[in-house]
Amino acid sequence: MKTDTIAAIATALTNAGIGIIRISGPEAFSVIDRIFRGKKEKPLSLAKSHTVHYGWIEENGKTIDEVMVLVLRAPHTYTRENTIEIDCHGGVLVMKKILDLVLKNGARLAEPGEFTKLAFLSGRIDLTQAEAVMDFIQSENEFARKASLNQLKGEISEKVRNLRKQILYEIAWIESALDDPEHISLEGYEIHLSEAVDYWIAELEHWLRTSENGKILKDGIKTVILGKPNVGKSSLMNLLAGEECAIVTEIAGTTRDILTEHIKLGEISLNMIDTAGIRDTDNIVEKIGIEKARQYAKEADLILYIVDSSIPFDQSDEEILTFIQDKRIIVVLNKTDLPVVLQKDLLEKKIGKKVISFSAKQGFGLKELQKEIENLFLEDRTFEDHFTIITNMRQKEALSQALESIKMVKQSVEEGMSEDFYTIDLMNGYEQLGFLIGESLGEDLVNEIFSKFCMGK
Amino acid sequence: MTKVREEYDIVVVGAGHAGCEAALACARLGCETILFTISIDSIAMMPCNPNIGGSSKGHLVREVDALGGEMGKNIDKTFIQSKMLNESKGPAVHSLRAQADKQEYSKQMRITLENTDGLTIRQAEVTELLVEEGKILGCKTDSGAIYSCQAVILCTGTYLKARCIYGDVSRDTGPNGLQAANYLTDSLRKLGIELYRFKTGTPARVDKRSIDFSKMEEQKGDPKIVPFSFSTDPESIQKEQVSCWLTYTNEETHQIIRDNLDRSPLFSGVIEGTGPRYCPSIEDKVVKFADKNRHHVFIEPEGLYTNEMYLGGLSSSLPEDVQYAMYHTVAGLEKVKIVRNAYAIEYDCINSRQLKPTLELKEISGLFSCGQFNGSSGYEEAAAQGIIAGINAACKVLGREPLILDRSQAYIGVLIDDLVTKENHEPYRMMTSRAEYRLLLRQDNADLRLSEIGYKIGLVDKAIYQKVCQKKKDIESEICRLEQIQVGANNKVKEILEEYGSTPLKTAVSLAELIRRPELSYEKLEKLDPDRLPLPADTIEQININIKYDGYIKRQIKQVEQFKKLEKKRIEEDFNYDAVESLRNEARQKLKMYRPISIGQASRIAGVTPADISVLLIYMEQMRRKKE
Repeated sequence: MKTDTIAAIATALTNAGIGIIRISGPEAFSVIDRIFRGKKEKPLSLAKSHTVHYGWIEENGKTIDEVMVLVLRAPHTYTRENTIEIDCHGGVLVMKKILDLVLKNGARLAEPGEFTKLAFLSGRIDLTQAEAVMDFIQSENEFARKASLNQLKGEISEKVRNLRKQILYEIAWIESALDDPEHISLEGYEIHLSEAVDYWIAELEHWLRTSENGKILKDGIKTVILGKPNVGKSSLMNLLAGEECAIVTEIAGTTRDILTEHIKLGEISLNMIDTAGIRDTDNIVEKIGIEKARQYAKEADLILYIVDSSIPFDQSDEEILTFIQDKRIIVVLNKTDLPVVLQKDLLEKKIGKKVISFSAKQGFGLKELQKEIENLFLEDRTFEDHFTIITNMRQKEALSQALESIKMVKQSVEEGMSEDFYTIDLMNGYEQLGFLIGESLGEDLVNEIFSKFCMGK
Repeated sequence: MTKVREEYDIVVVGAGHAGCEAALACARLGCETILFTISIDSIAMMPCNPNIGGSSKGHLVREVDALGGEMGKNIDKTFIQSKMLNESKGPAVHSLRAQADKQEYSKQMRITLENTDGLTIRQAEVTELLVEEGKILGCKTDSGAIYSCQAVILCTGTYLKARCIYGDVSRDTGPNGLQAANYLTDSLRKLGIELYRFKTGTPARVDKRSIDFSKMEEQKGDPKIVPFSFSTDPESIQKEQVSCWLTYTNEETHQIIRDNLDRSPLFSGVIEGTGPRYCPSIEDKVVKFADKNRHHVFIEPEGLYTNEMYLGGLSSSLPEDVQYAMYHTVAGLEKVKIVRNAYAIEYDCINSRQLKPTLELKEISGLFSCGQFNGSSGYEEAAAQGIIAGINAACKVLGREPLILDRSQAYIGVLIDDLVTKENHEPYRMMTSRAEYRLLLRQDNADLRLSEIGYKIGLVDKAIYQKVCQKKKDIESEICRLEQIQVGANNKVKEILEEYGSTPLKTAVSLAELIRRPELSYEKLEKLDPDRLPLPADTIEQININIKYDGYIKRQIKQVEQFKKLEKKRIEEDFNYDAVESLRNEARQKLKMYRPISIGQASRIAGVTPADISVLLIYMEQMRRKKE
């Protein structure tokens, strides 16, 4: 493997208060010695590890910036190599200038994620942690960022490791009973195993749920507004996109007729599906028909179902209800500023979902709507510190497979198979969870790593 | 002084269960082979338990047989009781075990050896190996005679610097008072081979006439005897069987043992060797399972024409007087007379990580080793390694590709992979739990798994191989037929289902679907299936298993595919681990020492973590991409 010295700007390229340039590799110290002048004469290459030094970055005797430099010696660094961090005065120009200087003096520009790659390769972090860093770099909103942070601490790994340990214990128990039936009895063991299996299934299902939330949080909640003509869909849309919230991006979706608008509501991102369509005409159900609405509903993570409180609940409403029942729905009872025909309590009873009294006209109910969305998607957030979610596809796939295997164990127990059959699926579950945290070896792991860390030829 | 000089293709040192299989394989493959033994009267001797097979060991015997080995055939000729174990459990853990007439077993094997062309049997002690520039040239015996050869197979069992111990009695002999081999160790050390000192033990033999069987449970053989060898006609071996007997130790026995632990050479430190955890002495069991108030004692006959009975489960190295005292507390053994004392035996063996999966030493070309010398325990483990070492020594001489079975092909593969890969500081015993893919590696399908390999190597007759091919075809086509034939919800079907307590049908299903029901089987559906052709019992067994456990089998096959991916990633013999900079030091050292043949094997080395393997994989992938 190449052991050259790499450098990059480690903070965002904005005019923030402070910026960090990181250098890692065998030449990191000689590079800094060439461009740094400290208050003391001693070069940084002789400084103790994990110390901070005040001074100036200079080019040909000319000062570029006043900086603090952090000296970190291998192996106790993120990459396990000698590392230098230059804290400078933010500013895109200054940072770029310093980086240029570093590159001129013996380092090369790091590829995206290369520091993390080094950390992973040196065994400093496991695969979930490495992936979390990548997610962190790419994450757009606050909750997703916090979730990444927690993964970084190895929280997922810890939980998974724990569950794996429990599975392994049962495998070992069965195996030792097979080997030494005289001394280790499996009498009544199925009852014990059933209990353990039920607990694992509950855990895995819980993780999968949070993983769905995790993905949604990272990518934004796919939201669709549904309702009969003239109930106030466009008003709600305008309100969301109006003064309180800003339209952040406008990206064309994969199919030509779907346009997504990215709306930030508090700390959550909403991707409004077909909002343009809704704003063009208020008649989504009429115009494109129930079928189309059904399709949108199917794709959505969240449905904002708007009901006009000034007119009775009718056949069209009933029809919409049939295909949105198993979705995450918030019923918005609009036009509550008008004389009420449809009572909130009755509607709540009928639909069995949360109903929010709303008036798009008066801007009433928006705060409650926002809170409800947060409730729906952040249900598992006991609080940010414990906010563990699984956010990438590979992890989710491994989790689903593990769940499936453990369910098969349950089935084997229920069908009265003899114990030696249990271990096949127990082992599968164990291995899948191993893939999740990089403790089992899949051949695909290499491919994963190569794609993730842009490792070319 | 003139010394004898002779020349052979292959020298086999030791004529125990490993040596016999190794020598037979070599000679049958056309290599001039000489088999050395300290005593010709101890060929294929069974110095411990009087049986062949048992849990997972039965698998090994059948695999040896499928490859063209002798053990299965020999026990079929000489058994006096036969039993299929674990029949209440799944087919993966069914295991055949047969009680042997020890004398007869030994005699029959000797007859086979003596009648094998190209095989010379020689009574002499091999004292020195002749090696030059990392290549074996021959060996020297105690008389100074030199036998030059192209390959040597060491199967010295428990004889190297052997010492037998009970209480404070210690004798420098091999098992049963036979002469130990005291010189070869030094020669091996000089060659830089690392040796361990292991220990094992055997229980006492007692006089049948002094046992009160009325206080014991009789253990009869199976009414229908299943042969070990796939080539033995089951009908030809149905015979009168001899019983074994079961009794138990009790608290009184345990108290005597506890009171005398300080007199046991194991606990007092006289024995230096490491004993097997999985074949523990009675004193080990009493200490380890302190909460158990009894342990099994199996009384097994040593043969048809002897009064000696083996006390299975009571292996010990306690002093003679304590042995007497504890036997006399056991129900039925109150007045028992000892014929031979229980004893422990210590011996030199090799650190088997010095071997390639072919059982050739990594550092000495042409030197192979197998059996207890490799740190295993048990006759079956020895025979399994014996046939592989024999095949590979012969292949080396003949310039052919070696045979390596992997963990997904055979218990033999698991056994050898464990021996050459894992840290092993006690005698290695085969166990079902060691085989990850045991649902595929059943004892009932060893012929289907391995006969083709045995045939291609040249140890399995064409006729036998063709029979296996026919069996395979029959199984496939019959399963296919059963999947297609539908039976409806008519009265006749209802009647038959009712007869076996099976729920009636609502709609038509295939016969295979019905066989899948736990309470039904291929045989039970005969009346619903008038078109079926007569098939042999072992073919029907395969049909039942394959249909009934189809889902599990498929899932296990998937596991094997995953496993194979890493096994297939070969690491070149001269791979430079120093070039992989991000490898941890411990892993680098281990990998350099073991030089695994594949990423899969590397991943099983203790001290090599998944992260290390990722690093290796990434490095290899980068190298590959660079080459492209």
